[in-house]
Amino acid sequence: MGDFDFLVIIESLPFLFDGLLISFQLTFLALLAGLAWGTILAVMRIWGPAPLRWFSAIYVNVFRSIPLILVIFWFYFLVPLLIGRPVGNFTSALIAFSLFEAAYYAEIMRAGLNSVSRGQVYAGLAIGLSPRQNLQYVILPQAFRNMIPVLLTQAIILFQDTSLVYVVALSDFMTSASTVAKVEGRLAEMYLFAALVYFLICFSGSMLVKHLQKKKVA
Amino acid sequence: MIKIDNIDKWYGDFHVLKSCSLEVERGEVIVICGPSGSGKSTLIKCVNALEPVDSGRIVVEETDVTDKGTKLPLVRARIGMVFQHFELFPHKTVIENLMMGQIKVLRRSQDEARQKAESLLKRVGLSDQADKYPSALSGGQQQRVAIARALAMDPIAMCFDEPTSALDPEMISEVLDVMVELAKEGMTMMVVTHEMGFARKVARRVVFMDQGEVKEIAPTETFFKNPESERAKEFLSKILAH
Repeated sequence: MGDFDFLVIIESLPFLFDGLLISFQLTFLALLAGLAWGTILAVMRIWGPAPLRWFSAIYVNVFRSIPLILVIFWFYFLVPLLIGRPVGNFTSALIAFSLFEAAYYAEIMRAGLNSVSRGQVYAGLAIGLSPRQNLQYVILPQAFRNMIPVLLTQAIILFQDTSLVYVVALSDFMTSASTVAKVEGRLAEMYLFAALVYFLICFSGSMLVKHLQKKKVA
Repeated sequence: MIKIDNIDKWYGDFHVLKSCSLEVERGEVIVICGPSGSGKSTLIKCVNALEPVDSGRIVVEETDVTDKGTKLPLVRARIGMVFQHFELFPHKTVIENLMMGQIKVLRRSQDEARQKAESLLKRVGLSDQADKYPSALSGGQQQRVAIARALAMDPIAMCFDEPTSALDPEMISEVLDVMVELAKEGMTMMVVTHEMGFARKVARRVVFMDQGEVKEIAPTETFFKNPESERAKEFLSKILAH
């Protein structure tokens, strides 16, 4: 233990903090985009005409059957090819995460939408809401509420998964910690510290989920 | 005013409604009764097309609700519907429950909708509950809110699907009182219920259903004193025994 030099952590804090911000940004934006796209996929899967139902089912199953790291690679190399210019590693990672997470959020939202009782659907229609209004004002708000704990759990997983962007050299928290570790030759300290930070953030998140679940039961 | 003409409905292989016909006049109160599974609830849900029919026609004030081209939301908004399990929106407060349809469907202003909601809550005796969430209310209170929510749309008729079946006994009368009052004001009502006291008090006619068929339509007193079909006699003896 005597060989440990924790000073290196303090000295590199501003740099690590920038990395953490990138991680948060990526998580937050991918969460929003993934949730929006996932909700659309779930709605298509439940109420859509046959071709849309199939599309949604295939989409979800494909993305859930390939490793995330592969999707990140794909979009890093694919997107520039498609649009003919480089988009930067943050954008390509964001697209990859959004599309990938959408598959998981689609399944969560599908369960959420199915958790809203038929009686509620009737009640909305009976006061004259159109099917779209009924979805927007009656069904979706309840589906989201019922699924908040699961959605948050998925967000925690997403936050951990953002560390995979080191493969496209995006300087998120993990990559930044790794850079410092190598440059300063302090691998043990930095990787321990990185683990601690991830643990604290994710554990707080899990506690919040537990708290919300208890509130829901009560 | 409501004309149900020879409708049939299937759930897969199950024939829920068999050639049902029924006419309800303006201002009339009709009670629909019958053993469970006889199709009463399905019939009443067909009136505002919550359940589509497979054949036959239902016309509500010149509007054919079974016609594919009919704009259902507008028809539904004019037919109030009260459910067995209340079905208030749990994520909205009591007053918001009463305002949503007015604002989103009837395009009333926020103020106008609130005024209407407040006066209806007063009418069902729940002014002090306006800002609570439905889960904080008793079953009887929730059902009165549900009636007020339907009335907020200024319906031309009201349909009740077993409105007191899910209530504790001591809460039944507070809901029936509101319904009796509505009936006396001349509201056109179709009520699926086993509350025979209510039927006797306000219904002009009683419809008896069994196994998806309208077995009997009779003036209330005739139905109770002298039911035609054996099934209705049997049903009445069971229900009036206690």
